[in-house]
Amino acid sequence: MSNKTAFAEISPSEFFYRNRDLAGFTNPARALYMAVRELAENSMDAAELAGTPPDVYVRIIPDGANPELPDPRPYRLTVIDNGPGVAPQHVPSAFGKVFYGSKYVLRQSRGMFGLGGTMAILYGQITTNRPVTVTTSPDGRRKYSFQMMIDIGENRPTVLRRFVSDADGTTGTRVDLTLEGDYLRASQKITDYFKQTALVASYANLTFVDPNGQVTFYERATTSMPPAPKETLPHPYGIDVEAFKRIIKFSEEHDMKSFMVTHFHRVGDKIAVKFLEFAGVSPRLPPKRLNNNQVVSVVDALQRFPDFLQPDATVLSPVGEEILLAGVNKELQPEFSTVVTRPPSSYSGFPFLVEVAIAYGGKVLQPGMRLFRFANRIPLLYDESSDVSFEVLNEQVDWRRYHVPPDAPVGVITHICSTRIPYKTVGKEYIADRPEIEREIKNAAREALRRLGIFLSRKGSMEAVQRKINIYGKYLPLIAKFSTELAGEKKPPKYRKLLGNDDVGPAAANQREEGTENGRSDTEEQLSVNADPSPDGTGIEIEQKKIDEYGGS
Amino acid sequence: MKSLGSSVYSDLDEGRFPSLTFASRSVRNIVYDRKLQQFVLGPTTVKRSSGNIKHIRPFTQLLWLAFFAKKLVDEKRTSTLRDVFYSAQAFDVEFVDQAESDELITDLEVVMQMAREGMNIYPEERSAIFGNLTIEYTVPGYEGKKADLSANPDGVMIGPALTTAEFSDTDAEMVLAIEKGGLFTRFVEERVHKKYKALLINTAGQPPRSTRFLLRRLNQELGLPVGILCDADPWGAHIAMVCKSGSANAAHLRELTTPDAVWLGVWASDIVKYKLPSDKLTEIDIKRLYELKADPRYTDRMWHNELDTFLKIKKKSEQEAFARYGLSYIVEKYLPEKLELLKGK
Repeated sequence: MSNKTAFAEISPSEFFYRNRDLAGFTNPARALYMAVRELAENSMDAAELAGTPPDVYVRIIPDGANPELPDPRPYRLTVIDNGPGVAPQHVPSAFGKVFYGSKYVLRQSRGMFGLGGTMAILYGQITTNRPVTVTTSPDGRRKYSFQMMIDIGENRPTVLRRFVSDADGTTGTRVDLTLEGDYLRASQKITDYFKQTALVASYANLTFVDPNGQVTFYERATTSMPPAPKETLPHPYGIDVEAFKRIIKFSEEHDMKSFMVTHFHRVGDKIAVKFLEFAGVSPRLPPKRLNNNQVVSVVDALQRFPDFLQPDATVLSPVGEEILLAGVNKELQPEFSTVVTRPPSSYSGFPFLVEVAIAYGGKVLQPGMRLFRFANRIPLLYDESSDVSFEVLNEQVDWRRYHVPPDAPVGVITHICSTRIPYKTVGKEYIADRPEIEREIKNAAREALRRLGIFLSRKGSMEAVQRKINIYGKYLPLIAKFSTELAGEKKPPKYRKLLGNDDVGPAAANQREEGTENGRSDTEEQLSVNADPSPDGTGIEIEQKKIDEYGGS
Repeated sequence: MKSLGSSVYSDLDEGRFPSLTFASRSVRNIVYDRKLQQFVLGPTTVKRSSGNIKHIRPFTQLLWLAFFAKKLVDEKRTSTLRDVFYSAQAFDVEFVDQAESDELITDLEVVMQMAREGMNIYPEERSAIFGNLTIEYTVPGYEGKKADLSANPDGVMIGPALTTAEFSDTDAEMVLAIEKGGLFTRFVEERVHKKYKALLINTAGQPPRSTRFLLRRLNQELGLPVGILCDADPWGAHIAMVCKSGSANAAHLRELTTPDAVWLGVWASDIVKYKLPSDKLTEIDIKRLYELKADPRYTDRMWHNELDTFLKIKKKSEQEAFARYGLSYIVEKYLPEKLELLKGK
């Protein structure tokens, strides 16, 4: 043993290589699903940011000479989009380096941790030792292809080949990578992923080709898109020491006052001065002169200062009622659907907004409540029971209050959009139960259920009226016929006016009150008492039994 | 029935939902009438209105029943309860099961204040009669035709024709109603009808209403005392009681009871007295005994004592138990002792 301990710094690539479970690449089945998801989401984000309705094509084919190899086995994954493409000089870093790109601004997008596709590429490389090929055309005239691998130790892309060819006039990006996967076990999740993405991103065309060559096409239901989210500065409440230090590092401001105003969300001159006084730091101090202890105390003051304005929610981009309804109606074909969009709110300095859709009945939904969870338009498929939406809908909302029976065929879609979704894990599968988010989901779900309840009660009373009309239409003519014969009349009575649509409802309803009190119910009561050994000791029931035993009287 | 039809007809014609009001058959409305010695319906009434969505179907069915019964009577034909259940289907007023149609027939009896037999609707028959009685039929096609009820040793079925026949000639001095076919046959073989000048009736368990009606007629019209022989258990005792005082199910009807009928046996005390082979009472038997004890029809001291004896000895016996003393013992020894009870009735 050496008495000299080496502290080796590891690169982000190496960190994720060693801890790939964190990012959800736990096993070959999960990894295949995650790779599909990450790349497809990058593609959707790219197209949406450019304001183009996304057209995403995903294909998985068995890789290698023997297509009969059992799972887990190598697969070739291809993802093609119609996004704006990537400038060729950025391609190697964008796809071959973990944490590439500016995260000093916040924007609501699907990817959050800057890992996205790079993690999938990294995983493909470590399981098959094969390079990834990225082809992109930012202008539609030329295509740039890069065949490359990631140098894990250095967190650096190594380009093996690059070449340029003519494009077909459209922009977009194509990624081809080889990875070990278990399609047999991943197929259900992958299918669900596309189905649910189609539900919420009803403006996208999605094509999926599975390893058996089967093609599933989800056609867009609308071409109108939610407005692209704006970039925003981080809110002071959401800043930690590390982030603060990074901002100081690249900041070009010369004093603390302009530093605060330039780099933080909704901080103006007045608030900056007030805050620095609160934090005990001179407004004229150059940011780079802050020592470590000062940084910690300033960040601490950021959390405690009461006068920061709430984050501005215009940066949020909800799916919107029209688009969400289009998706719900296309994918679930319900009898009834409604969307509730809550006003923006915030937690820990991050703005967020909740949308809840409820669908009822139709061909697709089965009896019972089915929950579809989305965060920034990503379907969440794993760990449903740990999610805040599951908790709210199952434990905190009393469905009976809205007269929705427990076995009603109901689909609930919850969508949380935020500049930072509070996932519990890097795997992005379930959302932590922040009280603010819990409250918003609860309010939205209640409003949506209220509307469903109104629909159900209207439907119920319409059916009751129809039933009533049918029953009267059947029996009144019979009553007329029998009474005519009994009375020895020649012509049937003029009973038709009792059947008039205007008359039946109210007339029947008025009579019902009276009838239920002393009519049939009395006989029913008698029957039910008879079915029970008589409490008053007359023993009618047993006498009846004896009669039955002997064959009726 | 015509007036029922007319009232419904005029309601409809004047744009009203027709309705019917009649005595409730609810348990709470069944009371014991000491003077009549039977259950009767109390003052509570029910209203069944065609304007009530829940009532319109039974209302239509009730009206159809009246229509059906009127046709039966007009055409001098009869029908069984089972027939009625099936006939409804031809008129689009089908019943869920026969229990439902039976229930509505009972309602019609209450509305019309007439037994269904009066409307030519009968149950499936299973009771039989045997003995020196000549009857004269009154049913269509058989008017004036006579029948000797001792001609067939299996007995003659007690059906609508027999129930409505005139009694033209008999030398009988009593009527014996017997719970079971086995003992009935034994009595025929042992010539009880000759030895004791008795008409023998096999009730085949709880007697159907037509049999109870016939018992009453034999008692009232011919002045014959009626004795009842059943198993020595609470169920047998209750057969005797229903012959005598009627059932709660027929609380809306009269003329089905024979208040003077006598329960000859087999009594609980007979089990002890004749040392009869016996079985233990079951829990249901015992529960039934307590129910009977609380029943207003069982207030007579003698009946009460027998119920108490059952509870004391916790035993029951069948009529056939007398066979331990030889096949003819019950006729030679037991019956003569019991027939003393009929004297003076």
